Amino acid sequence: MSIEDKVVEIIMEQLDVTKEECVPEASFIDDLGADSLDIVELIMALEENFSIEITDDELRKIRTIQDSINFIKKKKGLLS
Amino acid sequence: MKRRVVITGLGTVNPLGNSVRDAWGALCAGRSGIGPITRFDAADFQTRIAGELKNFDPLQFVNKKEHRRYDDFIIYALACAEMALSDAGLSIGNGTAERTGVIIGSGIGGLRTVEREKEAILRGGPRKISPFTIPGILANMAAGHVSIRFGAKGPINCTVTACAAGTNAIGEAFWIIQRGHADAMIAGGVEAAVSPMCVAGFNAMRAISVRNDRPEAASRPFDRDRDGFVIGEGCGILILEELSHALKRGARIYAEIAGFGLTSDAFHMAAPPPGHEGAVRSMRLALQDAGMAPEEIDYINAHGTSTPLNDLYETQAIKAVFGPHSRSLMVSSTKSMTGHLLGGAGGLEAIVCAKAIDDGVVPPTINLDHPDAECDLDYVPHQSRKRDVRAALSNTFGFGGVNAVLLFRKFTQ
Repeated sequence: MSIEDKVVEIIMEQLDVTKEECVPEASFIDDLGADSLDIVELIMALEENFSIEITDDELRKIRTIQDSINFIKKKKGLLS
Repeated sequence: MKRRVVITGLGTVNPLGNSVRDAWGALCAGRSGIGPITRFDAADFQTRIAGELKNFDPLQFVNKKEHRRYDDFIIYALACAEMALSDAGLSIGNGTAERTGVIIGSGIGGLRTVEREKEAILRGGPRKISPFTIPGILANMAAGHVSIRFGAKGPINCTVTACAAGTNAIGEAFWIIQRGHADAMIAGGVEAAVSPMCVAGFNAMRAISVRNDRPEAASRPFDRDRDGFVIGEGCGILILEELSHALKRGARIYAEIAGFGLTSDAFHMAAPPPGHEGAVRSMRLALQDAGMAPEEIDYINAHGTSTPLNDLYETQAIKAVFGPHSRSLMVSSTKSMTGHLLGGAGGLEAIVCAKAIDDGVVPPTINLDHPDAECDLDYVPHQSRKRDVRAALSNTFGFGGVNAVLLFRKFTQ
C-alpha cells in the first residue's frame, strides 16, 4: 500500500470520515471536523504505523492531509 | 409552599435489559442478569462473575469516533439520557436551556480507561498515552457530555459518593428544582467498572461473592448463605421536572419525588455500624422532608447488597424507623437480579420505585431460599407482587459512610 493510501486509511478510521472527504488539501480541523485532541491521537497513530516520531513543533505545521503525507515521506527520506 | 418535583422520563441500560421496558419485564419476572465475566479474562480471579450489559450497541448512541474516545460510563449515560428525554418528550430549546441541568453520579468514573492507558505507558512509555485519557477518566464527564449533547445549560454536577452516588445525584437535583434554581434536571447514576482492578480490589476487601459455579444465585440479599455482592454495570437516568412545568406541557407523570435524606456514619471507611443509625436518620429525614408518616410507606427498595453486614444492619435500621409498620412493609432488593451497579445503583433503583408506583407491581428479592434468622421482614421473595404502592423509599449506602435515601410517592394534584 502506498504511503498516501495508508495515511488516508488511518485518517478515515481515526476521524470517522469518508474516502471522498479525504482529498489532499483537506484541512483536519476545517474540513474533517477534528479538534486539537483528535489531531494528537491521529499523529500518534501515524507515528505508530510509520515508525517515526513527530515533535510538537512539527505537529503544529501539519494542517492538511498533504502536509502529513509530505512530512512522513521526508522523515522516511523519500522527499528532500 | 415548596415547589413540587415529578418524574416524567426514564432511561436505563443494565444487566437485565437495554431499555426500561425490557429491564422492568425481567425484574417483574424475577430473572437474574448475572453471568460469567466476559469483559476480560478473569480465569485467575477469585470472582469470575458479574452483571454485564448484554447486546448493548454503543453505535446506536455515539459515532465511531466518540466510541473510541469516550469511556463506556459516558456512553451508557448518553444512551440513558437520550432514552429518558425521549420518554419524557422533553426537548431543550432556547427558552429552557438555562433552566435545565444535569447531575449524574458515578462511584469511580472511567476505570477501564485508567487501566488501558496505564498499560499503554508500561508498554510504550509516557508518549503512548491517549489524549482522551483524562477526559475519559473524570467522573463528571458523564454529566458533561450529556449537557453538551442535549444543550442543557443549567446547574451541573457529579456526585462521587460510591454506591450512593446515583441517589445522591437525584436528591441534589430534586433539591435544586425545589429551591428554584432549575425547572428540569437530567439526573441519575452510572458505572462501568467490570474491570480487573475493580474485581481484584473488591476481592481483596472480601466484599464480593465468589459463587462462581452458580452466577444467577450469587446475589442473595437477606439469605443466610449470602457471601457478598455481585458487581454490576449500567446506568439509570430520570427526567425530573417542577410540577407546573410538567403539567403545562401535558407530560406523563410516573411519580413525585417528595423527600431526600442524606447523612454520614462518621464511623468506618467501608463498614456500616451495628444498627446503622446513619441509615435510620436518613430514612427519617426523607420522611420529614416529605412531611409523611412511616405508615404511609408501602415499599422500600433496599440497599440489600447481599453482604453479611449490610443486609442485617439495614433490616435493623428499617425496624427502628418503622416500628410495628415494618411488619406490613414490602422490602425488596432488586440487586438480587441486577447485581450492584455501584454508582449506577441509585439511578436504576429510583426507576424501579417510579415503576412500582406507576404500575402497582413490586419486584421481588430472588434467591431468598433460606432467610437469615435475623432478617425477618417481608422481602417479597422469589415472585413479584401486584400491590398498590402509595409511596416508596430507595435506600443506598456508600463507602465513606454515605447514606442517601429518596422518597417517591404516587402523584396526585
